[in-house]
Amino acid sequence: MFNIERWQEIFESLNKNKLRTFLTGLSVASGIFILVILLGFSSGIQNGVTSQFERDAANSISVWTGVTTKEYKGLNPGRRIQLKNQDFNDIVDKYDDQLEYKSPFYTIWGGLVNYKNESGNYRIQGVLPDNQFIENADVSQGRFLNYSDVEGAKKVAVIGNKVSQDLFKGEDPINKDISIYGVSFKVIGVFYDPGGERDESKVMMPITTAQRAFNGGNNIRNMTYTVKMSDNFDAAVKRSEEVSMGIEQDIKQTHIIAPDDISAVSVNNTLEEARKIYSLVDTIKAVFWFVGIGTIIAGVVGVGNIMLIIVKERTKEIGIRKALGAVPMSIVVMILQESIFVTMFSGLFGLIAGLGLLELVGPLIESDFIKYPQVDFNTALTTVFVLVFAGAIAGFIPAYHAAKIKPIVALRDE
Amino acid sequence: MGSNSLHVLKGINFNVKEGELVSIMGSSGSGKSTLLNVLGMLDEADKGSYTLDNVPIKNLNEKIAANYRNKFLGFIFQSFNLINYKSALDNVALPLYYQGVNRKERVEKAMYYLDKVGLAPWSHHLPNELSGGQKQRVAIARALASDPKVLLADEPTGALDTKTSHEVMDLIQGINDDGKTILIVTHELDIANMTKRIVNLKDGVIIDDNFVEQVRASQYV
Repeated sequence: MFNIERWQEIFESLNKNKLRTFLTGLSVASGIFILVILLGFSSGIQNGVTSQFERDAANSISVWTGVTTKEYKGLNPGRRIQLKNQDFNDIVDKYDDQLEYKSPFYTIWGGLVNYKNESGNYRIQGVLPDNQFIENADVSQGRFLNYSDVEGAKKVAVIGNKVSQDLFKGEDPINKDISIYGVSFKVIGVFYDPGGERDESKVMMPITTAQRAFNGGNNIRNMTYTVKMSDNFDAAVKRSEEVSMGIEQDIKQTHIIAPDDISAVSVNNTLEEARKIYSLVDTIKAVFWFVGIGTIIAGVVGVGNIMLIIVKERTKEIGIRKALGAVPMSIVVMILQESIFVTMFSGLFGLIAGLGLLELVGPLIESDFIKYPQVDFNTALTTVFVLVFAGAIAGFIPAYHAAKIKPIVALRDE
Repeated sequence: MGSNSLHVLKGINFNVKEGELVSIMGSSGSGKSTLLNVLGMLDEADKGSYTLDNVPIKNLNEKIAANYRNKFLGFIFQSFNLINYKSALDNVALPLYYQGVNRKERVEKAMYYLDKVGLAPWSHHLPNELSGGQKQRVAIARALASDPKVLLADEPTGALDTKTSHEVMDLIQGINDDGKTILIVTHELDIANMTKRIVNLKDGVIIDDNFVEQVRASQYV
């Protein structure tokens, strides 16, 4: 391999056959280049889709309480379980690294809302700013609630699009005052909800404000958490079940509820929705794997084909070399060493060009569905080696046959 | 060759001594090229024995044949068979490469033989920059480079005009004068007459084998 004489011979032959060297190199380099770009964009699309649907995929866990049905530790059944701020905070503290968004709710069903002469009954909810992401609310005008609103218990409200249409009749509602049961709130934003009109017939305000304005004390009606996205659906199911069970046990313990009492606390999660998203991501992955493998196969066939042509073209030269005393193995080694050198070199060139382009163009792409297109360097390098190796195998067969040709046949005048 | 096997040579018995210049003549199909290929170990006879420089040439595998060719034989072809992307010098040096001679020595030796055929000034030209006669002289230099026992020439003048043919024959005669054994296959009588012995083949057998008065090519040059 490190025979300097042989390398001199190889460089000479490459140098003297610039066009052939260039074409071989070009086809290998462009193959790898395309593969790298493809892999990059597949990861980009995967990232994009994942981030687009991450919120929907984030499996949400809702906790509701009701009335106990079983006697437990000397307490009678029929007791109403009331969640407090403390319950919400305990869970947040305990499961902080598993949870993404979290919000307690203090709800008044059918609260009377007035603006000037218009009025209507809507659901009034005290929430935390995270609720915007839990419900996928899309704020079209103004802004959603923030933590300063919550801490200051400011009398501000974000109203659903339906509420805005009903009460404001096209007027700009931002910074106008509405009154709920006589208490006035400043409208700071309007939201749309993918859930439609029903979910848009709501008024949301900071939970602190709602508790204070409507005599809520520390009470909350229910709470919702979202669990962070996992690598795959099974992991998501496992994680969300762990968290759900943990929460249920914790609440039963604090509120002294029989462990087998099913109506006092209900913890639900929305895995069905998540399943769709995970299966979408899996499908995308599968498609790109398929395309990627297809590209590699095409590359291998291409390299093999080039080898075949090179050997064919060099048959006469091989005959001459043999007549001058070349042993068959030296012919095979010469052709393979030469082609492996060319494919390796141009493969790496294509790899670097592809990675460079991704690096340059990647950050400029402003599409929601393509994010951070990039290729794992090791994957790409492995691909180059697979291609070179497979190409060498593909080249070995014709080279071996060429070396076996009797010089007399190779030298025959056409 | 499949089922249509053809007996081309049907009992050839002859000896060539060191220093001879022999021409093998015959019309096409007479088996003269096949004979040369057998002698050149490019092809193997089904039967019979062949001894070269007291070495029995038999049971050749590819590797041994290649080594023998490299050590014992120099080839000159009708169509020159130079490697077209290599300079004249590199073509001449190629047999030495397969002998394992190092680069410096290769270049020196190749240059010496190129000079011997009068092409030293052309050493860095590619074959397609040379005339037919020059190409054949490069090929002769290449055949000489490995200092073989025997030169085998298959129609060495077949692709050349009369004047150039005579120049090439003059060169070959000069090499023979230095003591090299040379076999030439030809179908041209004037070329054959420039050798010292003519073997006539017909339908795979030798019909006559005579020593002749050599005509020197230099008188035509």
